[in-house]
Amino acid sequence: MGGRLVLKLESIVKSFPGVKALDGVHLEVYEGEVHALCGENGAGKSTLMKIIAGAQPYTSGAMYLNGEKVVFHSAREAEKSGIAMIYQEFNMVPELTVAENMYLGRLPVNSFKKVDWEKLFEEAQDNLNHLGLKFSSKTKVKNLSVAEAQMTEIAKCLTIGARIIIMDEPTAALAEEEIKILFGIIEELKKKGIAIIYISHRMDEIFKISDRLTVFRDGRYVASKQINETDYDDVVSMMVGRNVSNLYPVRNYKAQEVVLEAREINSRNVHDMSLKLHKGEILGITGLLGSGTIELSKLLYGAMPMERGEVFVHGIKKDCSAPVKALKAGIGFVSDDRKQEGLVLIRSIRENISMSSLKKLTKGIHLNTRLETERVNQQIQSLNIRISSASQLAGKLSGGNQQKIVFAKVLEADSDILILNEPTRGVDVGAKAEIYAIINQLTQKGKSILMISTDLPELIGVSDRVIVMREGRMVLEISGKDMNQEIILAHASGGVRENE
Amino acid sequence: MNEKAKKQLINQINIYRSVLILLIICLFAAFLSKSFLNISNLFNVFKQVTVAGIIGCGMTFVILTGGIDLSVGSILGLSGVVASGVLASTGNTFLAVATALAIGTVCGTANGFFISHCGIPPFIATLGTMTLLRGCVLIYTKGSPVPVKSEVYKFIGKGSVIGVPVPVIILILLFLAAHYILTQTPFGRSIYAVGGNREAARLSGISVKRTEWTAYIMNGLLSGIAAVVLTARLGSAQSTSGQGIEMDAIAAVILGGTSLSGGTGFVLPTVVGAMIMGIIDNILTLMNVNPHATSIVKGSVVLIAVLVDKKVKDLSAKAE
Repeated sequence: MGGRLVLKLESIVKSFPGVKALDGVHLEVYEGEVHALCGENGAGKSTLMKIIAGAQPYTSGAMYLNGEKVVFHSAREAEKSGIAMIYQEFNMVPELTVAENMYLGRLPVNSFKKVDWEKLFEEAQDNLNHLGLKFSSKTKVKNLSVAEAQMTEIAKCLTIGARIIIMDEPTAALAEEEIKILFGIIEELKKKGIAIIYISHRMDEIFKISDRLTVFRDGRYVASKQINETDYDDVVSMMVGRNVSNLYPVRNYKAQEVVLEAREINSRNVHDMSLKLHKGEILGITGLLGSGTIELSKLLYGAMPMERGEVFVHGIKKDCSAPVKALKAGIGFVSDDRKQEGLVLIRSIRENISMSSLKKLTKGIHLNTRLETERVNQQIQSLNIRISSASQLAGKLSGGNQQKIVFAKVLEADSDILILNEPTRGVDVGAKAEIYAIINQLTQKGKSILMISTDLPELIGVSDRVIVMREGRMVLEISGKDMNQEIILAHASGGVRENE
Repeated sequence: MNEKAKKQLINQINIYRSVLILLIICLFAAFLSKSFLNISNLFNVFKQVTVAGIIGCGMTFVILTGGIDLSVGSILGLSGVVASGVLASTGNTFLAVATALAIGTVCGTANGFFISHCGIPPFIATLGTMTLLRGCVLIYTKGSPVPVKSEVYKFIGKGSVIGVPVPVIILILLFLAAHYILTQTPFGRSIYAVGGNREAARLSGISVKRTEWTAYIMNGLLSGIAAVVLTARLGSAQSTSGQGIEMDAIAAVILGGTSLSGGTGFVLPTVVGAMIMGIIDNILTLMNVNPHATSIVKGSVVLIAVLVDKKVKDLSAKAE
């Protein structure tokens, strides 16, 4: 810190017909600092970012860049002034190389107006090397990992001379190891005097990486603080406007009979995985990106083809080679990507909730829509889903509510065994606590849960037992008080020595 | 409050848009030609719309899954000529109709096989079957029309019951069935789910393949029914019959506001869309406009409708 004030927002108001998304918001960002924006979903973070990045105009207020008042009419204008944004969804052309993507629309040309490939790849490579990135600028983007693609976006921001970079949930799709690399790069950027506006739902990250933070609630400015002047509880209570004392529910699980057993499951990226899940238990599975955790969950549910392996439900061997069959065997599945795999965003909440239980609602060929409405409303109530009507489109809801709809769908299918992939990804703190409470209640009702998560505090806070995977194999199984982040991470990354 | 009222109005327009366009065009038509509003002329319009309307019902299902079916015209052609051939050699109307429906169903099943089972993109698969089946028609007929002589058979296309033409009755019945299937059965829900998000549908335990396949079979069957109606009305089966009908059916679906990417839409607006096309045809004929110019007008109407659709959608997105 101690740098120059580069960006200042004063009393920004953004009105949409009927609502004020932002109401008198302030923000000051200094050169070379990481400034975290905190707030629950719907607090106005994304609107604010879009305004800063020029993607949306503001209704009133003023924005100053290096002391000069600016008004952006497009993202392009903001980019020219040195403000770049890295979106959650990447905006790159998969079939083109890293270098082409970095210089898209500004490819260097020689005197014949032909693309100067040599110069292009060289400059791009220089930029990558500067950030300590080891992949070639000639790699096609489709062959990059999610993390590498993200690093490429950051490198691209530098090539356009960005001085302020906005990062929206940059770690959402990254594993622990990759997050470390990202944080290394952020340190590099800080040294270059670049200001970073950082949005994340993961509190521990915010405290690890940022210098200052600003909290919003319901579109209003709450406070800006130095990171060392505040703590986790303080920020959360500012965000939700009350004290959230216990995020994780108290578990009192006692070993019961086995409900799900997997024997020597094999596929391309999963090798000889065997596990047992007990009635009422929450079994956590974790691993770095590519460790096969999600693939394992999809194999158990029949969403991906298994090469070899057997699945037993209540001691009876079941054919789980397709989701339809797994559902019949009593296994329910919540995907880690609710927008792509969990919900049909352009259909109503009602249709989404009843999607897995149509058979139950059908007599002959007739769908009993009255019974459907009844059941759906019951789920909406019991899961405390906050919506105005069940005929709203699923795509219009916040992340937390969307996730609850996916839960409702799986519960309607009467599954005893629930496979939950990253159940709180992209969900705000308030809704997180609610989802944990729901999971806890489900186990009390006799359901058993397999939870795949890369969010270690969550994994430890919620699970009764944890399995760690690396390169498709189980490398650690711990339970109760033995579970801690260091051990799990060490095993997941392979950094563990023999005698430890 | 004002904002809310505006938003509601936009939503209403969105839902009943095709009906609104139909009314406007009817007004125009009545204004341009006095004979338009004659009962006999209106029934005539209806009768001509039936073929595109019937196929449009099936096409709506296919497009709702995110697919497309270009082969309907050729299926219609083949079902028509073979059914007429069977009729000519046996004189049995029932057998002829059954033949047409069977051929339609088999062709639809073949489309479904290539698309759902083999994974060929619908556009390419049905482009292939379209060409292939048209070839079958030409070989079967050797290029000359197959006349229909049976009066019983012709009744399906020309007769009327208590003053209502039989083809119109058939269209209404099929429309009601299609509407019921789409809105009141689990299969209808699956259609929307598959078109809205295939992967989410699959992971929700919906059989994506079966759903999609069934949509193509239905479309084939409906093309077979349309073939009976058309050949019965014209009194012969031409080797070219049904050519271009796929475009009329697709245009009707689009005019009805069903999204080409799948997942949203209904059957009723498709039938309304078919009627819009039919009325445009009719009014241009009544006004003695050069028949070749008809295509220009129809094409323009489709473009304008889609443009208006886009504008309205942008407006309602802004109102959110």
